[in-house]
Amino acid sequence: MARQLKYFEAIREAQAACLASDDAVYVIGNNVPSPSGVFGTTTGLQERFGAARVRDMPSSENGMTGVVLGSALVGMRPVLIHMRVDFAVLSMDLLVNQAAKWHYMYGGRMTAPITVRMIVGRGWGQGPQHSQSLQAWFAHVPGLKVVMPTTPHDAKGMLIAAIQDDAPVIVLEHRWLYNIDGPVPEGHYCEPLDCSKIVRTGRHITLAGLSYMTLECLSAAAMLAQIGVEAEVIDLRCLTPIDGDTLVRSVAKTGHLIVADTAQTAFGAGAEVVAIASGRAFSLLKSPPARLGLPHIPTPTSPALADLYYPRAMDIARLALDRLGIERALPPEPPTDRPWRDTPDPDFTGPY
Amino acid sequence: MNAPTPTVKRALLSDMMRIRMVELEIARLYGEQEMRCPTHLCVGQEAPPVGVSRHLRRGDLVFSAHRSHGHYLARGGDLKAMMAELYGRQTGCASGKGGSQNLVDLAVGFMGSVPILASTISVAVGAALGTTMRGEDRIVVSYFGDAAVEEGIFHETMNYASVEKLPVLFVCENNLYGVQSALDVRQFAGRRIVDIAAAHAVPATSGDGNDIDEVWRLAGAAIAAIRGGGWPAMLELATYRWLEHCGPNDDTAIGYRSAAELESWRDRCPVARCRDALLAEGGLTKADFAAMERDIAAEMDAAVAFARNSPFPPPDALASHVFPG
Repeated sequence: MARQLKYFEAIREAQAACLASDDAVYVIGNNVPSPSGVFGTTTGLQERFGAARVRDMPSSENGMTGVVLGSALVGMRPVLIHMRVDFAVLSMDLLVNQAAKWHYMYGGRMTAPITVRMIVGRGWGQGPQHSQSLQAWFAHVPGLKVVMPTTPHDAKGMLIAAIQDDAPVIVLEHRWLYNIDGPVPEGHYCEPLDCSKIVRTGRHITLAGLSYMTLECLSAAAMLAQIGVEAEVIDLRCLTPIDGDTLVRSVAKTGHLIVADTAQTAFGAGAEVVAIASGRAFSLLKSPPARLGLPHIPTPTSPALADLYYPRAMDIARLALDRLGIERALPPEPPTDRPWRDTPDPDFTGPY
Repeated sequence: MNAPTPTVKRALLSDMMRIRMVELEIARLYGEQEMRCPTHLCVGQEAPPVGVSRHLRRGDLVFSAHRSHGHYLARGGDLKAMMAELYGRQTGCASGKGGSQNLVDLAVGFMGSVPILASTISVAVGAALGTTMRGEDRIVVSYFGDAAVEEGIFHETMNYASVEKLPVLFVCENNLYGVQSALDVRQFAGRRIVDIAAAHAVPATSGDGNDIDEVWRLAGAAIAAIRGGGWPAMLELATYRWLEHCGPNDDTAIGYRSAAELESWRDRCPVARCRDALLAEGGLTKADFAAMERDIAAEMDAAVAFARNSPFPPPDALASHVFPG
């Protein structure tokens, strides 16, 4: 059996591989060398690679984004980490105005090979300012690459590819993926930063997921299978660009499309996916493509509200039946003795 | 190193004259509407970049903000490529994609200028971090104006430069106005800009930014200290722009500053003071000065002709360089 690692371990291994293979790589972020090591993703790296290359930093998100950019201009390959996307909002000036433009606005004379890891929080009352999923903001800006790996395999391979890429790459990691196991090859390997992956084949409907919502799509596909509906699941993985070829091939086969995003639906990545499918495969669609994501509401903190806020597999499956015009009843969700759905698994006991 | 020798001072004058004449030529030609980009001229502010650049070595790096022509030229940036950039041509220093606000000349370590005031301060500090991590022996200069210190990133990265003891010279050209807003509505009058640096443990000196001797002396001392100890330093240089914030015109008639105020600063013209002192000291003859003007004019005319005769970027340049590779 292939070696299994958790998602957060795969991230740590990717950074260690790059630190070991390239002296220009360094990792920097608030609390990076601390005992908790950004949810375990940087634990032990400073002991192994030294304080010059695995660095703490002041809580100066914008300034430090400029600092890593400046270091990249003179030959370094920094990895900057934000424990929440919400803190990266403070760095929009440097990401949007500077890092994204530096290659273009000087006519290709310089490159800005920076990688920015941002973690999307969820549950345990993360609330309005610890749970935003702002991939659409970043993907809207020409010059930034944006990826959202879902599996431990991709978390490692895509992070290595991001660090080796000469463009600024934003890697969004959903906190609820951190404890999930999966096969992860040893050594140095890259996954592409511009294509999606079919993670379950089917012929009746296409479910395209981003990040954690890919897992909900897979659960929905399992529910649908129990009543004879074969859903195809695409792990979108990359936003710049959305992999239209894989999408259109799948839609050509199924004729139906649902996109599940970790963010607010309005003005989101799902709209882009639906636009691509409609624009390139309009005549092949048998029902209006649908989007599923968060309502246009800030994240509530109380679990009583948060449980209403996040869509889950059952919602995807119901929407699939609606689009397919099937009126059969879905199997019930597996029973649970947990009072709330605000943690990814029973082992998760907060606070983050 | 208390005063520049006559030879050095002649070179300083020549560099200031070059900036002055280029800026006035741009102002003269701007109305033709062929230079179609926001252009922030630095007439009146020639001394800071010239006095600082004289102490820089090959390999040192320079970052600037929107009013960058003087910083670029004083560092030795290619004049032809700058003019072509203002004219939006393929031969421009940024291939026509940057304009006046995004000058670059890597051959002389001019790493870029940007119009978002304090943004490049952080990038300059990062270049200092990177070059230090690589074990290189360079210093980095970051030019900015008085309004940039009102943006948080100035404080964030001055703190970091101090924490990491990075070889950065922060040069604040205080020209008293942010666009058309006076300093005293933006910053508490009793708090000096150098005091902010001091609060971040960055040694800072203020001086007369219209006195080339003083700028040269202060910059020399600050840069020597940075090279000696790998510690950041800051200069705040009092100066004044003669033309409007952005564009080629005198703007004293519109009411935010007075003609009398401008006149008082014109009386302290850095170029004229330097020239007159050299003439009085015998370090320069009127004939020398006339030759200097002639040489600069010839170079300038050639640069403008080069720009105007250069092709515009081809259509396929539009989508190139969004991503490397």
